[in-house]
Amino acid sequence: MAYRLGRKKKSSKRLIKKNVILLTMVLPTTIWLILLRYLPMFGITIAFKDYKIYTKAPGLINNVIHSKWVGFDNFKFLFATTDSLKMIRNTVGYNLLWIFLGLVISVAFAIILNEITNKFVAKTYQTLMFFPYFISWVVVSYFVMALLDPTSGLIVKWQMSQYGEATNWYHTSKPWPIILTLANLWKNTGYSCILYLTAITGIDKTQYEAASIDGATRWQRIKYVTLPNLRTMIAILLIMNISKIFNSDFGLFWNVPLASGSILDVTQTIDTYVYRALSATGGNLGMTTAAGVFQNVVGFVCMLIANSVVKRIDADSSLF
Amino acid sequence: MKKRIGKSRLGKPSIISEISFYLILGMFCAACIIPFIFVVIISFSSESSIREIGYSFSPQEWSASAYEYVFQLGDQLWRSYFNSFFVTIVGTASSLLMTIMYSYALFRKDFKFRNFFTFFAFFTTLFGGGLAPTFMVCKQLLHLSNNYAALIVPALISPFNIIIMRTFFTTSIPEELIEAASIDGSGEYKTLFKIIIPIAKPGIATVGLLTALSYWSEWFLAMLYIKDSKYIPLQYLLMKMQNQADFLFKNASVIGVEASKMLRDLPSASLRMALVVFIVVPIAFAYPFFQRYIISGLTIGSVKG
Repeated sequence: MAYRLGRKKKSSKRLIKKNVILLTMVLPTTIWLILLRYLPMFGITIAFKDYKIYTKAPGLINNVIHSKWVGFDNFKFLFATTDSLKMIRNTVGYNLLWIFLGLVISVAFAIILNEITNKFVAKTYQTLMFFPYFISWVVVSYFVMALLDPTSGLIVKWQMSQYGEATNWYHTSKPWPIILTLANLWKNTGYSCILYLTAITGIDKTQYEAASIDGATRWQRIKYVTLPNLRTMIAILLIMNISKIFNSDFGLFWNVPLASGSILDVTQTIDTYVYRALSATGGNLGMTTAAGVFQNVVGFVCMLIANSVVKRIDADSSLF
Repeated sequence: MKKRIGKSRLGKPSIISEISFYLILGMFCAACIIPFIFVVIISFSSESSIREIGYSFSPQEWSASAYEYVFQLGDQLWRSYFNSFFVTIVGTASSLLMTIMYSYALFRKDFKFRNFFTFFAFFTTLFGGGLAPTFMVCKQLLHLSNNYAALIVPALISPFNIIIMRTFFTTSIPEELIEAASIDGSGEYKTLFKIIIPIAKPGIATVGLLTALSYWSEWFLAMLYIKDSKYIPLQYLLMKMQNQADFLFKNASVIGVEASKMLRDLPSASLRMALVVFIVVPIAFAYPFFQRYIISGLTIGSVKG
């Protein structure tokens, strides 16, 4: 009895020791998460305050503590301007369009890629398509500039030779929705296409065999076997994209139009607005934080809604 | 032979649909790679050709002068190249170490606080302070400004990578192995570094490559936190050159004396494109070899995340 007790004590001691050592393993990342992710969450209070520098002892924490509470004033100011409506319209509008186009094109490409019987060609296509995903937006902006540069761009030179005059691309709003859409599709289609392709290759081969024994044509196989099997993947990516519907890819909207100020009506999104306000001298910190909080909360709610809608349609496809 | 039987069973694919499949994807793939080829051609065009007919797929005159200038340009360029490499190597190494240790603890079923720390990391993907408070905390409280830490620390941890890493651990490491190691009296750290890490190499390669790529492509952190040109990485240098075409002229003092003499007849257009080539080439050459790792990582991350 005494022996067994001793052993138990010893093993529980060892258990404690083991857990302490495992705790030291999570420690560095935990500190990082606290400092760079959880601490800024308290900064959300700035959205409800009139942020002023506390002159007696300036410092971020003191400034926040001693600033006056103003309730939802920052949000009111944010939504009072026409600029803010435009940037919300741009953020949500581009996202909706791109979620739809991205879904249709990537699924179509993934199915086509899967139908290509020559394995070498399929592999080469896959490698080429995926390449743009690894290129930074800074580099992409140079690619776009090679076409639209006001003095030597390829398209500009062509316009000059054809019509004697060229569009001043970086100061004309009209073509930018299309340019941004193309840039986004160029960079991201390959990535989502490959996600769908891995889902397709995971489909049980016997389903195809059964279909062809029943005399299904290629189109029928795609329609009745491939597409239904992609449902879960489509739902997952859809929910994730919808939860980011109030966020935008900063690099795309900042670098590709070269941060041009004269086409802001079609290129300004919530993220570029926050950066512009943050980097401007005397920018309103309360309002920029409010914009971030708005993005976060609405995005979270959107994700919950999307998830419950998916759950209602097809319980197996929802995220949680 | 087997394949042919299978195919005839699946019904004859019509030639038209077959050809159109190859064409549609072929066109898109060409569009993916042509911009890069175009930039390479521009970087090899002579300045007079660019002045005359603009950027063109068939320049009037070829010239490697842009590259000669790149090599003679001196301080700022090499400094930025060094910064990019330094940040990528140090950042990836520290990020990997932290990610491996955190995910390993999350993978261990006998870790009491497993659920708590899993939630602790993943909650940050659902909710966050946003750019403005994060920027304030980094700059004012943590003094991440005008130093290498500002380029490395904010991108150290990604919950996405933790998911990938943990999945690799659960799929490749049998639990008995850890028990056996602990019975043999191997300490936790020794087990991790001597036994687990060698087994989980493919997973580590995946996460390491993703991290290295994101550090190499990083310009946003530089834009937020770096004012001193000493710490500017290559991507941000390129961005600055674009925003102010005469960046080199303005920074003649930084670039060096002998360089400022050449600035008068500097091939600025082709030079910038040569820099783009310099950034893309390491990725373009490394990527086909690592594609497999990266795809497996991205698939796990997106599905489990």
